[in-house]
Amino acid sequence: MKGIIGKKIGMTSIFDPGGKQTACTIIEAGPCVVTQVKTKDSDGYNALQLSFGDKKDKHTNQAEKNHFSKASTAPKKFVKEFRDFAIEKNIGETITLDIFAEGDKVEVVGTTKGKGFQGVVKRHGFHGVGQQSHGQHDRQRAPGSLGNSSDASRVMKGMKMAGRTGGDRVKLKGLKVLKIFPDKNYILISGAVPGHNGSIVLIQK
Amino acid sequence: MNAIKYVHEQLTGKKEHPSFKPGDNVTVNYKIIEGNKERIQSFKGDVIKRHGTGNTASFTVRKISDGVGVERLFPLNSPNIESIVLNKTGRIRRAKLYYQRRRSGKSARIKEKRLLESAAAE
Repeated sequence: MKGIIGKKIGMTSIFDPGGKQTACTIIEAGPCVVTQVKTKDSDGYNALQLSFGDKKDKHTNQAEKNHFSKASTAPKKFVKEFRDFAIEKNIGETITLDIFAEGDKVEVVGTTKGKGFQGVVKRHGFHGVGQQSHGQHDRQRAPGSLGNSSDASRVMKGMKMAGRTGGDRVKLKGLKVLKIFPDKNYILISGAVPGHNGSIVLIQK
Repeated sequence: MNAIKYVHEQLTGKKEHPSFKPGDNVTVNYKIIEGNKERIQSFKGDVIKRHGTGNTASFTVRKISDGVGVERLFPLNSPNIESIVLNKTGRIRRAKLYYQRRRSGKSARIKEKRLLESAAAE
């Protein structure tokens, strides 16, 4: 596995040489500093800890300062671990977008936009009643029956109901790398990516 | 937003089109690929809308073809647009000329905006 931490910038579209227009997301990814190398001997598994995005000294506690000084880097905002990294890196080295090439299929992990408390139509894709007449009164988006009658006398576990929606960690697979701007650390990925603009996403392959 | 601007600058092709506005009469020469043959089709009509900025900008051209109104939407930065020719500039008071859809015949004409000769010479 290879990966990098990035920040979602926004969406635009790109033309291929044939003139086909594809929607894509701009992500500012890397450079990430390797702040810890975990090995099977010392930690029980192989992983690289990557850090991204500077933060101010006054927002960093002493433990974090010591941790980052081991990699001789400024304190970072976001720290993520990637298991079984395909490229061998030492502590303090950086990872940039050159681990990906244009045309690669990648996975993107992010946190979806929070929608608050939503009903079953938005949350689970229920169809609602579908008509306004024939005695529907004000129940066009109601869930309807919750299940059986006296022969259970309870609601089954996992019944789809209204509730807090969005804000979940989501992984999208099979997205394509359309273009990379190495000097600005921008990467264009086909389609939409979870989260609002400015949110942190992981790109991995 | 600067990042999006930067990406648009990198993506937008070098092709220079004349500046045109809604109400203008233009001819769009558009590449069409049939099998492995390529030919150019021209579409002449009035621009009724310009939409978007940067690489995603598009515009809509409306013409009357055999008495039937035809509208076509072109992505401004599409590599398939061979050229855009500005035929006439129109005198209009709206940015979006959707009212043209309800009109036909004489009332559907857009008055031409005539520049003063001195201004045109500059």
